[in-house]
Amino acid sequence: MPNIIGASKKSFVTGNETAAWACLVAGADMMFGYPITPQNEIMHYWTRLAPKYGRGFLQTEDELSAGFTVCGSVQSGKKAFTATAGPGNVLMQEPFGMAEAMRLPLLAIIQQRGGPSSGTVVYSQQEVTLTTFGGNGEGMRIVYSTASHQDIYDYIIKGFNMAWKHRFPVFILGDGYQAKMREPLEMYNPEDRGIEMVKPYPLIGVEGKISAGREPQHLNNIYSLEEELYEVVMKVAAEYEALEDSIVEYDEKNCDDADIIILSHGVVSRAADDAVKILRAQGIKAGYFRPITLRPYPHKQLRNAIAKSGAKKLLIAESAYGQLERLTKQEIFGETIKIESLFRPGVGIIDYDIINKVKSVL
Amino acid sequence: MNAPAVLKVPKSWYLPSKPHKFCPGCGHGIVLKALGEVIDELDIQDQTIFGCDIGCSLLAWDFFACDSTQTHHGRTTPVMVGIKRSRPELVCIGYMGDGGGYSIGSQHLVNAAVRNEKITLILVNNTNYGMTGGQMAPTTLPGQKTETSPYGRDPETTGYPTMGPEFLSELTPDSAYIARASVSKYKQLKKYLKSALRNQMEGNGFSFVEVLSTCPTNWRTNAGQTWNFVEDEMEKYFPVKEFKNPLGKGDK
Ligand SMILES: Cc1ncc(C[n+]2csc(CCOP(=O)(O)OP(=O)(O)O)c2C)c(N)n1
Ligand code: SF4
Ligand SMILES: [Mg+2]
Repeated sequence: MPNIIGASKKSFVTGNETAAWACLVAGADMMFGYPITPQNEIMHYWTRLAPKYGRGFLQTEDELSAGFTVCGSVQSGKKAFTATAGPGNVLMQEPFGMAEAMRLPLLAIIQQRGGPSSGTVVYSQQEVTLTTFGGNGEGMRIVYSTASHQDIYDYIIKGFNMAWKHRFPVFILGDGYQAKMREPLEMYNPEDRGIEMVKPYPLIGVEGKISAGREPQHLNNIYSLEEELYEVVMKVAAEYEALEDSIVEYDEKNCDDADIIILSHGVVSRAADDAVKILRAQGIKAGYFRPITLRPYPHKQLRNAIAKSGAKKLLIAESAYGQLERLTKQEIFGETIKIESLFRPGVGIIDYDIINKVKSVL
Repeated sequence: MNAPAVLKVPKSWYLPSKPHKFCPGCGHGIVLKALGEVIDELDIQDQTIFGCDIGCSLLAWDFFACDSTQTHHGRTTPVMVGIKRSRPELVCIGYMGDGGGYSIGSQHLVNAAVRNEKITLILVNNTNYGMTGGQMAPTTLPGQKTETSPYGRDPETTGYPTMGPEFLSELTPDSAYIARASVSKYKQLKKYLKSALRNQMEGNGFSFVEVLSTCPTNWRTNAGQTWNFVEDEMEKYFPVKEFKNPLGKGDK
């Protein structure tokens, strides 16, 4: 891998620029994309950087095509990715479903915008349900919800590795705020941090000549018999579940003695972190829990935080109308902790909003 | 003494998947036989990637002893584009029906042609949606009865048949290969398929062959009626010819 960054360095960049650099240092070969705000600058930076490092780009006719060209590229053995948002994420569920079915290690960066429909081009956390469980499958995906530019950088590098190691599609779930704002970022070559990048390999067009005796590769996603599909889905589910513990990531603070746990993800967890600090300073025992992976979900860890704290309330704060709440409820089914909610679909949440809510329910 | 009769099958056919699963009298088998022979003649079995759509074309997912992939309805074109753009040394063949290519996947077909993608697409025109039970397709002839045009296709309300090679010729530069073949003219079909592959191999540009084909199951025709429909009705409406052939036109 070429030394792209040189010595690890601090920069002050947007999240979209961060994403393009991260894909570059992670060794991504190809990007296929279609313009949609707020992810456009990922393509803008990529198209400037890619030719200098021998990487490829194609602007496709739509998101269906972007998703399916990525599927083809990955099948041919290239580290390929795309980026999208909102209605584009909706269209891409079709190729993402094929990636799930055929175990294609693609990586997609989702910069959430307001919904439903065209919504806003600004910000939301309303693509949680779609990104975790979109498509006509069982959600066999890995979804990282990032909260900062450093997260975007680190989890893109990790995401390519998880995709190629386990062959599940990986999603970097950001949002319009993270996409557009500038903040400090530490850029580095993965190798310099001892991170070994998993090498991609072809699924078709593989080594060896069929004419000289190699078996041809026949990839498929449709089956004639119900039992054949059943076997495949059950096998994939078992593999996914066996990996859950090694994939799950979360962050937890001040939960040991908390009376109320604030649960949030992505950029909202930054407000929750601040809110907990302020509440603690005021003598209110608040705790902080942030799922970093939304698929698989850190359900054991959340149950554990609830149990050890003996907290009476769980406040779920999100820039959506209950998408994280539904996901959480299904994951911790049976818990009796009272769930409170702070839903602000498509708008930001600041520490003040959370503090007020906490005080109103305690 | 006579040698035992040997069925001559193309070397590029995958024998464990034979006999194939198409209905008796189906044109898909003829197109794939011709394609297999052409792959053999060009000696490209080892670098071919065969991609098939959803439609009766999916029955060909393991038809060839070539690396193959099967996609979604209409999405074979972008998958092949993704592979070709990533690995230009591979010979990428997308295989689809008229519904897949001209209806649900038409935006991909149009834009792949405009970008002059260096892939070969083979579109089997059987004037209906075969796999789903014989509904009207973009290529259904005026007056033709299908499950969703039970009184015959009325161009007033459903338009006229899509003329694929005609519009693709308008969209592509001179380096593209565009033709319409018919399963009733086997030698010519092979020649067109070969040219379409050679055009990709020479790195010229987009290569497309529509093949007029049979679907006796949904047409509810016997052998004679089936051939009559292809030769008398379809070939009259859809001109069988090369629309564009850049091969052998001086330096590339
Ligand atoms: C998104 C989507 N819509 C609809 C279908 C159902 N479907 C399967 S095959 C087919 C039509 C196939 O017709 P054609 O492409 O002409 O191929 P043929 O079977 O005639 O060879 C349809 C509509 C599908 N698989 N996916
Ligand atoms: S339904 Fe028609 S197109 Fe499909 S296999 Fe049978 S004859 Fe061929
Ligand atoms: Mg058809």
